[in-house]
This record gives sequence, C-alpha cells and structure tokens, in this order.
Amino acid sequence: MSDIADRVKKIVVEHLGVEEDKVIESASFIDDLGADSLDTVELVMAFEEEFGIEIPDDAAETIQTFGDAVKFIQEAA
Amino acid sequence: MFDLSRKCALVTGASGGIGAEIARALHARGAVVGLSGTREAPLRELAAELGERAHVLPCDLSDPEAVEALPKAAIEAMGALDILVNNAGITRDTLFMRLKDEDWQAVIDVNLTAAMRLCRGAVRGMIKARWGRIVNITSVVGTTGNPGQANYCAAKAGLVGLSKSLAQEVAARGITVNCVAPGFIATAMTDKLTDEQKAGILGAVPVGAMGTPADIAAAVVYLASSEAGYVTGATLHVNGGMAMV
Repeated sequence: MSDIADRVKKIVVEHLGVEEDKVIESASFIDDLGADSLDTVELVMAFEEEFGIEIPDDAAETIQTFGDAVKFIQEAA
Repeated sequence: MFDLSRKCALVTGASGGIGAEIARALHARGAVVGLSGTREAPLRELAAELGERAHVLPCDLSDPEAVEALPKAAIEAMGALDILVNNAGITRDTLFMRLKDEDWQAVIDVNLTAAMRLCRGAVRGMIKARWGRIVNITSVVGTTGNPGQANYCAAKAGLVGLSKSLAQEVAARGITVNCVAPGFIATAMTDKLTDEQKAGILGAVPVGAMGTPADIAAAVVYLASSEAGYVTGATLHVNGGMAMV
C-alpha cells in the first residue's frame, strides 16, 4: 500500500474511530464507516492539512469512499 | 462558575456600549479578548482600560474582504478563536413605504451577512478544537417586529434562523450557537429616540426601567461558558419582561 493510502487510512481511522481493516478501497465514509455529512467535511479538511493541498467543494463531493480519497490525493499531491 | 480563562473571544461592535461591556465581562472572567469595530480610537481606549489580554482588531463589516480576514486576524493575534460574539449592528430606520434598497442592503450586509461570514470563519477551528461558543446578539424586535425597522427586524430574525441551523450542524462537536435578544437597553443607539418614544417603550416594560449593557454582557458570559454547554439554538431574551416569548 502506498504511503499516501497509509496516511489517509490513519486519518480515517482516527477521525471516525473505525477498525483499520474496515477501511478498504470501496468503503463509503457514510454508508460503511458511519460518518455523518459533517464528518466528511472534516475528513476533507484533515486531508487538505495533511497533504498541503486544496480540495474544492465540487471535488470534495465526489470523494465518497476511501479509494476516492486516495485517488484524488495521489493526483493532486 | 463561568471561568473563561485561556479562552479567546472575538467581539464585534466592541466600540459601542453593549459590545464594550460584553468585552469587559468576558475579560473579567479571564478570557483573552479581540476587540473589533469600525472606529479604532474607542477600541484602543478599551484595550488600554483592560490592559493585558486585549487585542484591537479594527474591521469594517460592510467590506466582505475585511470580514473574511477578521477570524484569521483574531486567531493570529490571540492564538485561537473559542468564542465569537456577533454584536455589531447598524440601523437605517424608516417607514417601510420609504424604505430604499440601500437602507435594506446596508442593514442586511452588516447585521446578517457579516455575522454569517464570521461564523463560517470561526467554526472551522472550533470543530477541530471540539469546543466553541457562538453568541449572536439579536433584538426583541426580531421576534416582535417594530414599525420603521423592517430591515433591522428582518436581519435580526434572520440571525435567529441562521443560529438554529448552525447549532444543529455543530452540536455534536461541542459547539453551541445561541442568541441574546436585548430589549430596551440604554446606549447611544437608544439615545436617538425621542422622550415620547422612550416613555412609550418604558410603559411596556414590566420591570419599569431600561436595561443596561451589563445585563446583556451577563447573558453572553453565561452562554459563552462551559456551564452552558447543554444550551444551544436558544434565544435568551433580556428585556425586562417587555416581550415574554
């Protein structure tokens, strides 16, 4: 697993308080990991900070799963 | 009770009577205070009076860019922004039939839109900190209406709706959003009223006297405190009983 995926996973595990093995590529933050809509905003904020990138609102809306987040950050970072 | 030491509070309209008293009260409970207002001289005077833990942060709330920059400037000056008190307000009173677009827009811009921008700028850090207090100063007339103040009443009622919505979004993050609604408080703003108007209003106040800025400040201190953590989306009416709502 890439360094970016590891760092994203760490943020998700810490923020949502979920087991690491639940955070798989297809895992939806809301449907599978128990996030509410404000959690997803907070996750995006945390990703922005961790990776020093800016994630515009329309892009943030497309980040639904752990895999989406890793893919977006790999392309942006 | 109501210890605010190590909390950093931004107060808008701190150059006015109520805002200055709110800042004094928060400061007296130990908070670091950021004093914002359009006129810098009274802010400097107040900061000098308070001594340590007081920062002057001038801002013209009718200028959107200046408003957007204010929360950042407050965090830079104080180190954090734990408590936001949107107190600043202007009036452009006129009968509705004579209400001009610019009278409407000026009041909405400063009393409602600027408060929204400051809430948005402040809430991000509060979410991360898992603690925050937002107190929006509204007015009894936002609930009751008042002839000649359609713009002001609309803005104040708008603040209540904003506060309730935001309160629901951030409640689980340890952040409360409440309103304090002053009634007839003796300030420069009420000095503009005629004696006849004052007598008429006082007749409708069961307590039989005008309120003071300190009455409002005490309500703000309570809502800003950790002890008020279970109070959110509320409006605390401080009006001597003139409207029991």
